[in-house]
Amino acid sequence: MTRTFRPDNKFPRSADTTQMKIEGLDVHIGASAILKNVNLVIPDKQITCVIGPSGCGKSTLLRSMNRLIDSTEGARIEGRILIGDEDIVHSGEHITELRRRIGLVSQKPSPLPMSIFENVAYGCQIHGIRNRRKLRLVVRHYLEAVGLWDEVAERLHTPASRLSIGQQQRLCLARSLAVEPQFILADEATSALDPIASRNVEELFVRLKNDYSIIMVTHTLRQARRIADHVVFMYLGEVVEAGPAVQVFDDPQHELTKKYLSGAFS
Amino acid sequence: MKFLEEKIVKALMYLSTALVAAWVVSILWTILSKGWGSMSWEMVSQLPGGGFYIGKEGGFLNAIVGSLYIVGASAVLGLLVSVPVVFYLNVYLRRSSKLGYAARLACDVLFGIPSIVYGAFGFALMVALGMRASLGGGIVVVTLLIIPIFIRSMDEAARGFPREILDTAYSLGATRLQTIGVVLRQIAPGIATATLLSIGRAIGDAAGVMFTAGYTDSIPTSLSQPAATLPLAVFFQLSSPIAEVQNRAYAAAAVLTLIVLVLSVGGRLIMNRFSKNKLQ
Repeated sequence: MTRTFRPDNKFPRSADTTQMKIEGLDVHIGASAILKNVNLVIPDKQITCVIGPSGCGKSTLLRSMNRLIDSTEGARIEGRILIGDEDIVHSGEHITELRRRIGLVSQKPSPLPMSIFENVAYGCQIHGIRNRRKLRLVVRHYLEAVGLWDEVAERLHTPASRLSIGQQQRLCLARSLAVEPQFILADEATSALDPIASRNVEELFVRLKNDYSIIMVTHTLRQARRIADHVVFMYLGEVVEAGPAVQVFDDPQHELTKKYLSGAFS
Repeated sequence: MKFLEEKIVKALMYLSTALVAAWVVSILWTILSKGWGSMSWEMVSQLPGGGFYIGKEGGFLNAIVGSLYIVGASAVLGLLVSVPVVFYLNVYLRRSSKLGYAARLACDVLFGIPSIVYGAFGFALMVALGMRASLGGGIVVVTLLIIPIFIRSMDEAARGFPREILDTAYSLGATRLQTIGVVLRQIAPGIATATLLSIGRAIGDAAGVMFTAGYTDSIPTSLSQPAATLPLAVFFQLSSPIAEVQNRAYAAAAVLTLIVLVLSVGGRLIMNRFSKNKLQ
């Protein structure tokens, strides 16, 4: 596959590499601390897998990266999450533009209550692309990018909810890609899928890392071993260990990481 | 033993269903059997002529058109007011918001106020403003009457709205205002139900329009002229001692029922088209 973004893309996309840096991130929900002093660098155009037992703050970390945490009642967020020199935590109203640059694929496929076509076009429309012909090109391009075009070309205007779960998940990915993000956040994006659909989406991520930085929360260690370039191990709201996948998996530095990887707890 | 319970409960359920069905049929039967004789093309296509109210020529087109004017305009106005309210309550306010609680409570109180009180309120307001009974006054009062119905029934639909859909829209960079397209599509069936409930209440309401829209034998050509309505046409003709006029009241009631029926069925058909994308 060639580069996944269109040559005529409307959104400015900086050619230089952009890292995401997280500095001293604290998230509280009500009185409980969910994330404690998280410091991370998310490398550009690689797959970063976030692993750790349930309730360790993986999803909260992801939801902080695009500030969806705002819609959680009682959530407070402190620290900095930097993309280039822009701070997501303190971006105020500017967050809607930043969110465009950070795509999200959630655990359960979340098609919008619209047709297949409209699902992919929706993001472009809210960012001001109205030209019907251009939208058709965009929709086709990204449905092809996720390998869904051949399956749905004949029924673009039927409800998205009629697709199979695996197709819905790829549709959601196409929808995220259509607004030209730099980062893709995937929250256990394959855990609701059957093995074949899951493998499809996984392979898709591997191809997409040429163009996007992918941050993936996963419960499946085997999946992380298969696709991760970089691994972050979290426990009880703290980052225990982070580094290249080879190092974390083959030579974990921390006792907790060793135990987790060997299956002592999950 | 369990089997017996099951049978008894089942029998009771059948009985209740049959009762409701019988109720509907008997209402329709009463209206149609008494009104059918007086029903004619003249009744629904002509204004009252001289002596209409003592059983002579003419029809009640004035009331049909007046009712449709009032119901149509107040449904549109009601939607224009209620949709933003429901959107604000459910998208802008947090679930635990005190303002949201107060607003919903206020709506419940308004919901329970009898329409004669709305009529009296509208009448007092119009007197204070120096207005006479008019189509415009009727529209305003009926709109006030149905806004709480609109808000409460749409709100119920919107509260079941899956939050992930909002998160999805936000993650694509939508502002809260931009999510309205998504929200409206998802709650389209709720909006349809709310509209039908409101129209049903609005078209059948006599007390709200009695003082505010007044009654007239002609079709209003401006908002400041009085307007006749079907419920009042039924009311006035039924109060007559003449049997023929009383039967015309039933004919008017039949037309009223028919309009509600057509609107209900038509509304559902149209909204089914809009709601095909709704997620389960």
